[in-house]
Amino acid sequence: MAPLGIVFLVFFIVPLVLTLIVSFWDYTEYAIIPDFTFRNYQEIFEGCITGLPDLCMTFKTYWSTFKFSFIVWLLTLVIGFTVSYFLRFHVRTMTMQIVLFLLCTIPFWTSNVIRMISWIPLLGRNGLVNQGLLDVGLIDQRLDWLLYSEFSVILAFVHLYTLFMIVPIFNSMLRIDESLLEAAYDAGASGWQTLVNVVIPLCRPGIAIGSIFVITIIMGDFITIGIMGGQQIASIGKVIHVEMQYLQFPAAAANAVILLAAVLMIIYGLTRVVDIRKEL
Amino acid sequence: MRSATRTRSFYFLATVFTAFIVFLYGPMVIIVLLSFQGPEGGLTFPMNGISVFWFERLWEGVGVIDIWRAFRRSVGLGLVVMLSTVVLALAAGLAFRQRFFGASFVFFVVVSSLIVPSIVVSLGIGLQFQLLDNVVMWFGERYDIAYVNDEFQTTMGLFTSALGAHLTWTLPFGLLIMFAVFNRFNPAHEEAARDLGANPWQTIRYVVIPIIVPSLIGVALFGFTLSYDELARTQQAAGSTNTLPLDLQGLTTTVTTPEIYALGTVTLAVSFAIIFSTLGLVMYLQRRRSAHGTDAGEGMV
Repeated sequence: MAPLGIVFLVFFIVPLVLTLIVSFWDYTEYAIIPDFTFRNYQEIFEGCITGLPDLCMTFKTYWSTFKFSFIVWLLTLVIGFTVSYFLRFHVRTMTMQIVLFLLCTIPFWTSNVIRMISWIPLLGRNGLVNQGLLDVGLIDQRLDWLLYSEFSVILAFVHLYTLFMIVPIFNSMLRIDESLLEAAYDAGASGWQTLVNVVIPLCRPGIAIGSIFVITIIMGDFITIGIMGGQQIASIGKVIHVEMQYLQFPAAAANAVILLAAVLMIIYGLTRVVDIRKEL
Repeated sequence: MRSATRTRSFYFLATVFTAFIVFLYGPMVIIVLLSFQGPEGGLTFPMNGISVFWFERLWEGVGVIDIWRAFRRSVGLGLVVMLSTVVLALAAGLAFRQRFFGASFVFFVVVSSLIVPSIVVSLGIGLQFQLLDNVVMWFGERYDIAYVNDEFQTTMGLFTSALGAHLTWTLPFGLLIMFAVFNRFNPAHEEAARDLGANPWQTIRYVVIPIIVPSLIGVALFGFTLSYDELARTQQAAGSTNTLPLDLQGLTTTVTTPEIYALGTVTLAVSFAIIFSTLGLVMYLQRRRSAHGTDAGEGMV
């Protein structure tokens, strides 16, 4: 126990505390200076209130990130739920369930960067999708928005992170007693009614856990947005990343604190809707 | 009537599932195909002949970046992370079976580590080691330590900051697996061992570990693969030493030949070799267990 505690103390708790402390420090071009100043926070929100209704840089970045989070959350939820439902209720044998579940899981153990790169031959200007659509005659000009766009970012997110929905939802579904479904059927419920009134409510904890995973990953992302967005789309993670490259640690720390606060608020909201602790 | 509706939804859902699997694997299959592009071939179809030209180019090295050194680094770090994850997760999993002071706090911290955005963890660790460097250098000047003043550069490195960053990502998975295992573990096995005179260490060594070894292999798989492919947390925490994913990320913007697909294929091959040999090993162990008619695996998945 103790060694594990030490690892998390040294590499998780202390760094987070330091981040909070340093977010109040001052800095120059070449040094960071211990201080207690709100400068970093003020600079992040400079003109954000007075400039309304126009959004300042920070609000725009958050708005864009929230938008990605919401769209990807919805897509991963629908796909993840459908896949889990199929695995749980339509695949009859345990062995087959394990095999198909592993089939979904294996890509998770491979490189994310490679999985992103692998979209290039499909989505590029001369890629398979454009070529196919041209050949079929659906379009007469190559589409430019397939790659290095918001579309490709969303596609890559769904590709990479649907598994984070599948695992907890599937886990919730495994706990559903099949006699409940029989009872619903006997009581005259249609398939759709059973799904909405029995299965979905029982999957709520799994849905909540999956949602937390997907939303927090996307809120802090800068790699997928960077590679798939052609380095053209802003994200909070990217702001932090750039500030770190210029060694503006206090500014990066202040942004990190705000990001963390935003993420924690979302998680708090979700845990108000669903009691996750029962599940763990 | 019921079976009729069932079949219809079954075919619909089976189609969705198949489409999802194609969506997952399709792009991978395509870059593997394209990595065998002929020397004249480009980044997309059509294939201009079939060759291993781009693999040969890769073998000679990609431009200025020493990709094979990054590869060796990533494998080395992955192995250390794997071993640490297995040992620490097992120890913690055993410890959590008894109630102890602060158990729920430790659990809360471990789960938080999974959901705090990687960039924040990465920044924190980067910052911590930066400050540590400053402290070391200050000491060096203050007490005139020759080594520090002449040689010291940074405390950041593959097996300090990067290792720590990876463990904050792999350990939560390891611990959650251990929880799942011990929740289903039948304590009768241990009681039997104790009744037969085994001491606590012998009980763990000869009874508990052999029973849970397939799960430990699973934890090892998570430990290695998640570390080998880790990028977000390594970014700010690796210092000047690049791991393979970091180099790969850099290459996405600079390399415009199928060489990058060749590199992708090699990386995938390593991942798949590890995944399948691990899964194979687990299956072999399970099968041998059931063939020997032992009930040692009872209570396990």
